[in-house]
Amino acid sequence: MLYREAGQFKASYAADQAIFPIAQDRVLMAILLVVAAVVVPLTATQYLYTAILIPSLILALAAIGLNILTGYCGQVSLGTGGFMAVGAYTAYNLFIRVPELNLLLVLLAAGAMAALVGVIFGIPSLRIKGFYLAVATLAAQFFLDWVFARVPWLYNYSPSGSVGVPDLYVFGFPVITPTQRYLFILAIVALMALVAKNLVRSSVGRAWMAIRDMDIAAEIIGIRPLQTKLSAFAVSSFYAGVSGALWAFLHLKSWEPAAFDINRSFSLLFMIIIGGLGSILGSFIGAAFILLVPIFLNQVPPALGIPLSTATISHLEFMIFGALIIFFLIVEPHGLARLWQIGKEKLRLWPFPH
Amino acid sequence: MTQQSGRKIGGPLLKVQGISLSFGGVKALSDVSFEIRQHEILAIIGPNGAGKSSMLNVINGFYHPQSGTVTYKGATRKQMQPHEAAEQGIARTFQNIALFKGMSTLDNIMSGRLLKMKVNFFLQALYWGPAQREEIAHREVVERIIDFLEIQAIRKTPVGKLPYGLQKRVELGRALAAEPDLLLLDEPMAGMNVEEKEDMCRFVLDVNEEFGTTIALIEHDMGVVMDISDRVVVLDYGRKIADGVPDEVRANKDVIDAYLGVSH
Repeated sequence: MLYREAGQFKASYAADQAIFPIAQDRVLMAILLVVAAVVVPLTATQYLYTAILIPSLILALAAIGLNILTGYCGQVSLGTGGFMAVGAYTAYNLFIRVPELNLLLVLLAAGAMAALVGVIFGIPSLRIKGFYLAVATLAAQFFLDWVFARVPWLYNYSPSGSVGVPDLYVFGFPVITPTQRYLFILAIVALMALVAKNLVRSSVGRAWMAIRDMDIAAEIIGIRPLQTKLSAFAVSSFYAGVSGALWAFLHLKSWEPAAFDINRSFSLLFMIIIGGLGSILGSFIGAAFILLVPIFLNQVPPALGIPLSTATISHLEFMIFGALIIFFLIVEPHGLARLWQIGKEKLRLWPFPH
Repeated sequence: MTQQSGRKIGGPLLKVQGISLSFGGVKALSDVSFEIRQHEILAIIGPNGAGKSSMLNVINGFYHPQSGTVTYKGATRKQMQPHEAAEQGIARTFQNIALFKGMSTLDNIMSGRLLKMKVNFFLQALYWGPAQREEIAHREVVERIIDFLEIQAIRKTPVGKLPYGLQKRVELGRALAAEPDLLLLDEPMAGMNVEEKEDMCRFVLDVNEEFGTTIALIEHDMGVVMDISDRVVVLDYGRKIADGVPDEVRANKDVIDAYLGVSH
């Protein structure tokens, strides 16, 4: 009844092409932004910030990146963790070697460096597809892991191999307490999500999707496969790089290469499969989902009086993720985001059958 | 055949000369030469495996023939990539539909205009000013094509969900969106019922007449071919066996033999 678009006539193509053409969606988004930017900072606890909000926002950013590459352009990648590491270590090296640099510029450089590395590892995508490309990006993951563990200059000769950053400031404002970090990350993630949405709804995005859906036909209409695929690798790795830098600087604060290992790549891939391939919204839902399930398993059974050992919980986690991935691949390849879409379609007509 | 008003068949737009193409030991085309004239509708016919689709693939750069030349708009070339053909104004549709299944009808047709969209990446990322104006300008063109093909109702439907006949129509729309000089249609009416065929014939004729687009089409339905084409090229086993106006071709002995078989 509430979600009804009857009477909302679009009088221009601009209105029809808006991100949220339906008024109710715009209202919902505005409410969501107000909640995220005003209500949450007033009410959230330290735990909510550090365990849920900050990590899920940062990982959502990396998931958007991977979704651009895999969901929109159809190139499977298992190297996202490695590209995040490139971002994290670029930011770290800039930070300790050029300390006067603004944090935003450091993040930008982290993204740019990751984009460059992503393009280099994306070159094989012209010749190989599917599983074989996945293996090539897996090689990128292992190579980058190795570089950050074995090249001492990159971790500033730290004897333990782990590095860290002190308290951060941006334009003189501190980014130290969870609330400050959360708001800073929220601003960056919201902005970059908007940029990603703009890209996928304009001609760059259509070229990516054309390559994904049928590369031969894409060539026929004049799309250059190499440039298009590499642009997807570049944008995707840029997002991964910024996300990696945020993850290292504002979430972990001190880290070692293992923070960006193959498991990170896999969990990002799970996020976009469960959240929804080819959906920006899905990247957020997927990231939140993957983060919340372990927390849920940790807290709910004890609260219900069912004692579960930590080992059982981590086993359960694997079983649930495995089952969910198989379920989504078979039943709904477009993930939770698609279920949300279907729900909205149904709601448009409810309570009438047609 | 009826001569349409408002168009003049001109000189050759594209000329293929001595094209030979083989895959390993299989000869797909041997020494084929013909020309496509400006503003005409040329039909390429022949029995299965005659090399018709291979010929189209040579023209738009998918296959690189072992010998022979293709002269397009006066420039002779030997090898060319498909996207270069697109840049020079050659568009095509496929025998088995090659649409972008995950995208809507609108996006599919919009993607046909990619080469005409010039706004740079960073403005697109902001969707601001020139980027938005460009999107809207191209949307207007695409809407005219949607009107022309009478597919308004399926604008926002993902093409994977559309029935076959409509998918063929969307694919034609995508090719038209590029405003091609030469349109290659590979069996545009295959698998259609009579009404759908009539619709498609009308679209092909209208495109030819209204936009002056030169069309080369492969078709098996002889009724259609004889009705709408200005000239017919007949291929058999990779060789050209006839070339002329429909009535000439219909009376040609080699063509009759190729289609009906001949006693040895």
